[in-house]
Amino acid sequence: MSSDLDVFVGNTTLIDEEVYRLWLDGHSVAEAVARRLRGGVLEREGTSVAVLQSDTRDHYRTFQMLERLLHAPPRLLQQLLFQIPPERQALLIQRYYAFDEALARELLGKKLSKGTKKELDEVSARTGVGIRSCRRQFDNFKRVFKAVEELRGPLAENIQQLFLLPPALARDYAAIVFFANSRFETGKRRLQFLSFADFAACAQSLMGHWSQGALAPEAAEPDGDLPKSFLQDLKELKVLVADKDLLDQHKSLVCSALRGKISVHNELEANFKALSRALVNVGGKLTHARDVRDFFVDLVEKVIEPCRSDKWSPGDLRLFLTHYTAAPRNLPGFRHQALWERYMAAISACLLRMYHD
Amino acid sequence: MGTMRTVPDFSVVRSGHEVQIPEQVSVPWQGLHRAVSRAPTIPGPAPAGRGGAAPRMRSGAAAAPRHRRGGAAAAAPAGAAGGGGGRRGRKKMPGKLKVKIVAGRHLPVMDRASDLTDAFVEVKFGNTTFKTDVYPKSLNPQWNSEWFKFEVDDEELQDEPLQITVLDHDTYSANDAIGKVYIDIDPLLYSEAATVISGWFPIYDTIHGIRGEINVVVKVDLFNDLNRFRQSSCGVKFFCTTSIPKCYRAVVIHGFVEELVVNEDPEYQWIDRIRTPRASNEARQRLISLMSGELQRKIGLKVLEMRGNAVVGYLQCFDLEGESGLVVRAIGTACTLDKLSNTSAFLPACNSPSKEMKESPLVHPPSHGCRSTHNSPIHTATGSRLTQNFSVSVPTLIYTGMGSGSAGKEGGPFKTLLRQQTQSALEQREFPFFTLTTFPPGFLLHVGGVVSARSVKLLDRIHNPDEPETRDAWWAEIRQEIKSHAKALGCHAVVGYSESTSICEEVCILSASGTAAVLNPRFLQDGTMEGCLEQRIEEASPPGCGFCHIPYDELNMPFPAHLTYCYNCRKQKVPDVLFTTIDLPVEAIVVGKGCLIQARLCRLKKKAQAEANATSISNLLPFMEYEVHTQLMNKLKLRGMNALFGLRIQITVGENMLMGLASATGVYLAALPTPGGIQIAGKTPNDGTYEQHISHMQKKINDTIAKNKELYEINPPELPEEIIGSPIPEPRQRSRLLRSQSESSDEVTELDLSHGKKDAFVLEIDDTDAMEDVHSLLTDVPPPSGFYSCNTEIMPGINNWTPEIQMFTAVRVSRLSNINPTNQTLNKNFNDLCENLLKSLYFKLRSMVPCCLCHVNFTVALPEDELVQIAVTAVAITYDKNQALQANKAPTEKSQQRASTDNEEQLQFPLELCSDPLSSQPFSPAKATSLEKASPLAEGYLRHRSVPSCTNSTVSVVKMTPLSFLPGAKITKYLGIINMFFIRETTSLREEGGVSGFLHAFIAEVFAMVRAHVAALGGNAVVSYIMKQCVFMENPNKNQAQCLINVSGDAVIFVRESELEMLPVQPSAAAPQHTSSAGDVTT
Repeated sequence: MSSDLDVFVGNTTLIDEEVYRLWLDGHSVAEAVARRLRGGVLEREGTSVAVLQSDTRDHYRTFQMLERLLHAPPRLLQQLLFQIPPERQALLIQRYYAFDEALARELLGKKLSKGTKKELDEVSARTGVGIRSCRRQFDNFKRVFKAVEELRGPLAENIQQLFLLPPALARDYAAIVFFANSRFETGKRRLQFLSFADFAACAQSLMGHWSQGALAPEAAEPDGDLPKSFLQDLKELKVLVADKDLLDQHKSLVCSALRGKISVHNELEANFKALSRALVNVGGKLTHARDVRDFFVDLVEKVIEPCRSDKWSPGDLRLFLTHYTAAPRNLPGFRHQALWERYMAAISACLLRMYHD
Repeated sequence: MGTMRTVPDFSVVRSGHEVQIPEQVSVPWQGLHRAVSRAPTIPGPAPAGRGGAAPRMRSGAAAAPRHRRGGAAAAAPAGAAGGGGGRRGRKKMPGKLKVKIVAGRHLPVMDRASDLTDAFVEVKFGNTTFKTDVYPKSLNPQWNSEWFKFEVDDEELQDEPLQITVLDHDTYSANDAIGKVYIDIDPLLYSEAATVISGWFPIYDTIHGIRGEINVVVKVDLFNDLNRFRQSSCGVKFFCTTSIPKCYRAVVIHGFVEELVVNEDPEYQWIDRIRTPRASNEARQRLISLMSGELQRKIGLKVLEMRGNAVVGYLQCFDLEGESGLVVRAIGTACTLDKLSNTSAFLPACNSPSKEMKESPLVHPPSHGCRSTHNSPIHTATGSRLTQNFSVSVPTLIYTGMGSGSAGKEGGPFKTLLRQQTQSALEQREFPFFTLTTFPPGFLLHVGGVVSARSVKLLDRIHNPDEPETRDAWWAEIRQEIKSHAKALGCHAVVGYSESTSICEEVCILSASGTAAVLNPRFLQDGTMEGCLEQRIEEASPPGCGFCHIPYDELNMPFPAHLTYCYNCRKQKVPDVLFTTIDLPVEAIVVGKGCLIQARLCRLKKKAQAEANATSISNLLPFMEYEVHTQLMNKLKLRGMNALFGLRIQITVGENMLMGLASATGVYLAALPTPGGIQIAGKTPNDGTYEQHISHMQKKINDTIAKNKELYEINPPELPEEIIGSPIPEPRQRSRLLRSQSESSDEVTELDLSHGKKDAFVLEIDDTDAMEDVHSLLTDVPPPSGFYSCNTEIMPGINNWTPEIQMFTAVRVSRLSNINPTNQTLNKNFNDLCENLLKSLYFKLRSMVPCCLCHVNFTVALPEDELVQIAVTAVAITYDKNQALQANKAPTEKSQQRASTDNEEQLQFPLELCSDPLSSQPFSPAKATSLEKASPLAEGYLRHRSVPSCTNSTVSVVKMTPLSFLPGAKITKYLGIINMFFIRETTSLREEGGVSGFLHAFIAEVFAMVRAHVAALGGNAVVSYIMKQCVFMENPNKNQAQCLINVSGDAVIFVRESELEMLPVQPSAAAPQHTSSAGDVTT
């Protein structure tokens, strides 16, 4: 006696968190039932496999119907079809948009296109995240990206508003959008030591200090794009390394200020010019899309790796950056102090975040 | 219902894409299903006869012929006709219906090119249609229309639904319909109900389901003073609730009202071949909506005729008779209700029996037992009714050997007096029936037992709907039968009355059942009953057991039964088992907890046609009833209980089998004797292994009984034998199966089913079938710990509900895969199906433990040859476990709690009935429990309050429950009945997730639409919710499915008790709630 049709509909929609997790992880009904069985639910509840199957199918159907609404979370709150208590709605949304950092790390800076989606098989194999879950998460990234791409104002806030995510999760999505938009290279071998959290923190610093939203709340351009005029202005900073006098004065100011305060003073003296050139030139290249891609590669290759090989401690780096940023104030004839500080605030934050093994 | 026959309907034209043919919106209502006439496609004129077949149900003369009555029912229609005539003579009460279309949201994309929609709205009422402007290129249009005003008469207001259609404007082709909203404006017509309907409604399309939402505001201005208003049937209030609604009091309970209307089913009309499935479904939805409105108005007129102002226990059903038509019928109980003036004083009334009750000397010796008949005159309703009718008499079956107490020897002078009075009160009524299942204290004096009648009919096409129709006569016949059964049990009334049908092809089984009872006449007629009951003759029976006392005359029982003196009062006789269709009376004294008991049965039948088919069904019915009854009795004894409440026996007819499903709630009534055990007797005593087997089975049965007693906490106090007294001498302590060709000629057949007092109930195992039966007895698994279940409103023995509720509907369709099915294998399959379904429900709801499934309502259908469909609607309610444990530990005295589980039950009739709540009331166990109850409840509320409020959600929460109350809450206002009928169809079944995906979505949509309507009325809950019909048909080969769902309930506003407590009602903080003081009683 087989059941052709078997449904259970509650006036308040039943949400089983465990089954939701299994569904989100992309398990089929059969797999989900198997996992629930392993969880010992039969023994606990004294029920049968058939009951478990029926229950799992019911939940899966509910989730499939809910998925359409989860694509636009405000609709989940307004819809009339499912009566779900607010705290449960929040849970549904949060879990649906939560992502595996390993996966997000793989996709950072990649174009969220069909091509990338096709490569998810490999990503799934590398990260151990199920392929169906990978696709769902990828689609989430893409959906959020599309939704806020053209919007003005702070990215994280826009995401929070449109997708009703908790602030921290919204900030992470902002980072993903920022990377997808600027297409920073993150996949190089020498960048592998950086985690998703590192990049997300960097993205926040960059947006926080550089974007127009950071200056005027009603900025004209979307937050995800770094303002063109600002990037253009950064070329002015080249004077710090191009002008030999300025470079020398800058070096002596920094070195004297740090004498006795850092353990790597000799190395600093030897490398100052190279470091300074690297730090200034990273900014100067940002007007060209191609060079933007290399932003993190350059920072690692030209700043972090030399410092690391000279055994700078993070404290050393912090002190150096503080004084390096402050010193030009005392340089005669340097008129871009505000621009310089705005530029260096983000660069310093990124470097400090990235300076680890 | 039409089963296989409907499947071909999907074929031909209907299978295609939906060709959007514009509706002619201006076509008058005349011939409503033709209102959907399509300009280009319809060839020629409508076929002959359709003019009559598409009746305007609205006004006067045209409407009158459509409702037809048989001779027996003539009295009532005469009255109605008088009303109708009066109405015709009267000037129409003009009214103005005002509608404003505010906005839409989440509309579907109708223009692929732009991914947008150019939406506008048509608002139609009667013959008038208004349109909004087109709101271009938006999925969230803001129409903000003017007020569309319809000038209408009250009849129209009652019959017609407001129809709102959302369309996509298309410059070059026909406008595409997005979907519709039907709004029943009836609630706006009662002065006390809703004043405005305003809110977001799902836009529904029968093919696509819900497609966005529309915000609508509806108001009604009636241009007349209230008095005049009262003259119209408009003012009559309707309640689905089968008790006197909270916040009302019953001044008079007038009695039974019924009505039916018939029409052709649009699905079976020729036009259906050429129109789209959508048009066909919409025609059907609208027709049923109209017929419901008409039916309600007609019932309303009857109520006014009886000088009532309300219908309680209103139940409206559809019979989809396929080719032969569509019947909408309704029954209810006419009442005169008074609104309780001070609704804020919702503090519970007394927990004690009222003075009135004590004054009603419950002198009648009462009873138990079931009585049922199958009278199956089969009508081949072809043309000449007189000649072609033939009737097959099916034996009358009286279950438990309860006798008829013909008016012969009465117990005493008072009894006679009472009987005369009540009889005179009831004799004026054609049918002294009451659809109520819960009554004001003191209303129900004695209960006789279950009476039921079934009749097998052959349907035939309604050739001319204006002809006096047979349907009324059919029901009248059955009601007569019920009435005479009640009389035979010494009762003058039937309570907990209901009617149902099961249709398969052209065969229809009509069923009616109820509980024979003796009622207190003081509620039954206008004016006060002084002189009637005031002189108290003889000893008054304690109210906790009075209803158990036999109403028939013990000395004149034609059928011996086992009677003892009541175990509670020791003064009156009681039967050993009591079956009823009503809820457990509030005042009943029960021991332990109750439980859901089901009897399940399948019987194969040969496929046959017409009369042969009907005859074979008629022949099977008595056997089925008998077996169902035996199963119930066995299962009851297996649980150590002695009474069944809420008994509902459903016989479903299919092509090649009949299915019987009986559900009831078993309890142990303290007034009735302890049931004996079950003893197995073998037929071949010489066989050693056989004996061993028998004794093994016996042990198993005994163990089960012991386990159940523990589980349900059945520990009746041991009574010294001498108090009980000797049992009444009886010739034989056994029950019998009695069959008769008619009620009068009883041809007695005896069956060895004795269930005497201490005697065990003997089951004889004489063949493998019997063995199977015993096995099946033991297969019922008790619910997992933390769960209880019942099919009544309240669970006997649990009274500490917490506010969390979860109403649900579960549907299963299973294929009986046996190639050569036998009754045994079918029984087993059916049994497994039900048990698995229950198991699955317990698992689903495990997070609510401890909880109780209340009002568990199973419906069985046989949609196709080998398919069985079971639909269950119930509500899970949590309760406080600690409190329950406390009760467990309580001494036996406490285990005899009153069934008054919630104060609300009490609250229904707090008025004068309770005017003397505390006087001379001994400290009863009920009192104790009500005090104990206070603190856990309060805690529960606090917990509830700490949950973040739902204010940030844009959608207001609407609770739904099949019960008449919400735990921990007070209903402050009834907003009107919800009665909705939906059709959903798909031609892409696989894409919608198969049959399960399709139905899951549809049920969710129905819930959503009910909630939206309630919210728009300003309500926050539906009580007495019921899914009356769920007809599902599929044709997987064509990737198609269709489903019809009919639901109803009462829209209400409730307030949490915890919130009421916040109000400074009482200065004494020490007794925060539920303490009954004289002050609150009268509210």
